[in-house]
Amino acid sequence: MQRLKTFVAGCLLAGLCLSLGLACDHKSDSQASANASAKLTGAGSTFARDLYMKWISEYTKMHPNIEINYQSIGSGAGIKQLIANTVDFAGSDAVMNADQNKEAAGEVLHVPVALGAVVLVYNVPGVDKTLTFSGPIVADMFLGKITKWNDPKLVELNPDAKLPDLAVSTVHRSDGSGTTSIFTDYLTKASLSWAGGPGKGSSVKWPEAGSVGAKGNEGVSGMVKQTAGTIGYVELIYATNNKIAYGDMTNAAGKVIHATMASVSAAVAGFKEIPADLKMSITNAPGDASYPISGLTWMLIYKNQKDAAKGRATVDFVTWGIHDGQAFLESLSYAPLPKEFIPKCEALIAQITAPDGKALIASK
Amino acid sequence: MGVSPMSSLKNTGETPVPRGFSRTAMSTIGVTAALSVAKSADFGRQIRSHGRGDRIFNLILALSAGLVPLIMVMFLGVLLYGAWPAFHALGFSIFTSTNWDPSDSSKDFGGLAFLYGTVTTSVLALLIAGPVGIAVAAFLHEILDSRVRGVVVFLIETLATIPSVVYGMWGLFVLKPFVSNVIQPHLKPLQPILDKIFHGHFPLFNGPPIGIGMLTGTLILIIMVLPIIVSISLEAIRAVPNVYREAALGLGATRWEMMRVAVLPVARPGLFGGCILALGRALGETMAITMVIGNTAQMKWSLFEPADTISSVIANQYPEASGLQFAALTELALILLILTLAVNLLARLIISRMDRVTGGGS
Repeated sequence: MQRLKTFVAGCLLAGLCLSLGLACDHKSDSQASANASAKLTGAGSTFARDLYMKWISEYTKMHPNIEINYQSIGSGAGIKQLIANTVDFAGSDAVMNADQNKEAAGEVLHVPVALGAVVLVYNVPGVDKTLTFSGPIVADMFLGKITKWNDPKLVELNPDAKLPDLAVSTVHRSDGSGTTSIFTDYLTKASLSWAGGPGKGSSVKWPEAGSVGAKGNEGVSGMVKQTAGTIGYVELIYATNNKIAYGDMTNAAGKVIHATMASVSAAVAGFKEIPADLKMSITNAPGDASYPISGLTWMLIYKNQKDAAKGRATVDFVTWGIHDGQAFLESLSYAPLPKEFIPKCEALIAQITAPDGKALIASK
Repeated sequence: MGVSPMSSLKNTGETPVPRGFSRTAMSTIGVTAALSVAKSADFGRQIRSHGRGDRIFNLILALSAGLVPLIMVMFLGVLLYGAWPAFHALGFSIFTSTNWDPSDSSKDFGGLAFLYGTVTTSVLALLIAGPVGIAVAAFLHEILDSRVRGVVVFLIETLATIPSVVYGMWGLFVLKPFVSNVIQPHLKPLQPILDKIFHGHFPLFNGPPIGIGMLTGTLILIIMVLPIIVSISLEAIRAVPNVYREAALGLGATRWEMMRVAVLPVARPGLFGGCILALGRALGETMAITMVIGNTAQMKWSLFEPADTISSVIANQYPEASGLQFAALTELALILLILTLAVNLLARLIISRMDRVTGGGS
């Protein structure tokens, strides 16, 4: 009996310690923000990881009293953390959906920080030229309608390539990802049968016909490299950094475009009207020079900040990012924001307010 | 016949009769280790505690011990809480439907394909790894020279410590091409025969020639659970008292007959328990499987079609999931937890029975 009592007491004490620990954690958090210096936490997009790492290291060098921490846990997970109020900003390659907007504690602004693109990687033995694809053809390949590499539609686009009589296998991302979101958003616009089938999202129900899922960019590119007859999609940055050859795309204007930083930036410039909230999809963009599978990556910030000091620091950081921060993008192979975008971003940032309702204007 | 009893006696003679399950490889498995701890806990009960130091010490011990059940209860509680919306919205369709649609605002989350993938890969792996592992253990203990045995056992135990992501990489770069270039072309000609027998309803060897799918997943599991089966079987065989062997040999049994009649039947509960523990490990294996199984939610009879498992789909989709998908994944986690828990309990039961049958070596 005595033994049982001690045991139960142990259980209770352990629980008490846990809850005390949580409470203490909370206390120290609110004390820290009382100081002039601020500690920011962000989480989300793995695609934008290098960008935030570089920005944080450059920014904190100039502002030693600011501490910023970014965890690349995936766009969806970042949004979840923002909704749970455990981070001060989230990085995301996709716009928040209706459910997420409903759950969030207030309006969330989407400030674009950079551009990215998705490219097609393939493994077709005997083909040494860069292959050209188009939206409907890629959709048909992933839908299982084009089953051979020497399909007449592919041969028509690539008359010079010696396309073999080889089965097509597709490789997709098995984990939820902004890359999939951009890719399926493009296919939805480019192909009616895709729009009526799998649709778009950070993960979708892939057609079963011979499609294989692999985890992460490295999983997809590894699987493609390993297997003859496969086609998959990865981020442009991943392909560039790892020197992987990728296919050209036919854009909405009918021009064959190679994905580069310039052709990705051109995709934004192709749009005549840019919505004020900047929650736009730039896939299948008009304009002769636009690469069609391009996308934005956003920094998500609550419009009404709960903590004036943190809000001020966030505004300063993102303002620096869309101006001076853009200079670092090229070396990391992100496409920078086009010039016409910057005033719109500024207007968006100007809406961010402190708890007292006053606007938090960036301190110069 | 005149020499062999003596030499085998020499081999087995230097291994003392059971010393419980305290070897390094065993402690990683937990359940068996807990057993030997439970045994030694008996004599602690007679000592009464006196003085403040003792009481503080006892409290600290109770605190640490209390954490374990607390964590377990919290685990179940969190999973139940998280899975509740899925219980409510999906009902039993998570067990009966293979339609898993992870896109936004979807209402279709059938987990049957994952359940099928998990159980099929694990059970197939066990069916092959079990007999092989036991045979290896029997060979190591009864036939191999003890000096060589030490080296081989060390190597096998090292295999058990290799991280599963390394197995996965190896699977992707070595096993996958082997399956697509060697195994599949050899098995494909058998398909027309199966088609004739089952009228095309049993496409066991069909599938894309990419070396990714059910078979590759099973093969990687076989390699991963083999060390566990070998080391536990070795302990079980070691636990068989030497008198049994001597008696069998004395009656004129050959070495094979001795193993069949005197060693394996006595060690059987231990061998079985080891297999069940390996099954538990196979059911929960995530990383290596994810890398080679193809992550496609479909249920097909083919060895070469991509498939998916519960742990893979959780690893893949949990970070980005929200709403009903999140709840459905949590429910799958709960199902997996209960499945592995049941398997582990079964193993525990069998091992404790073995202890009684063989007298636990005491």
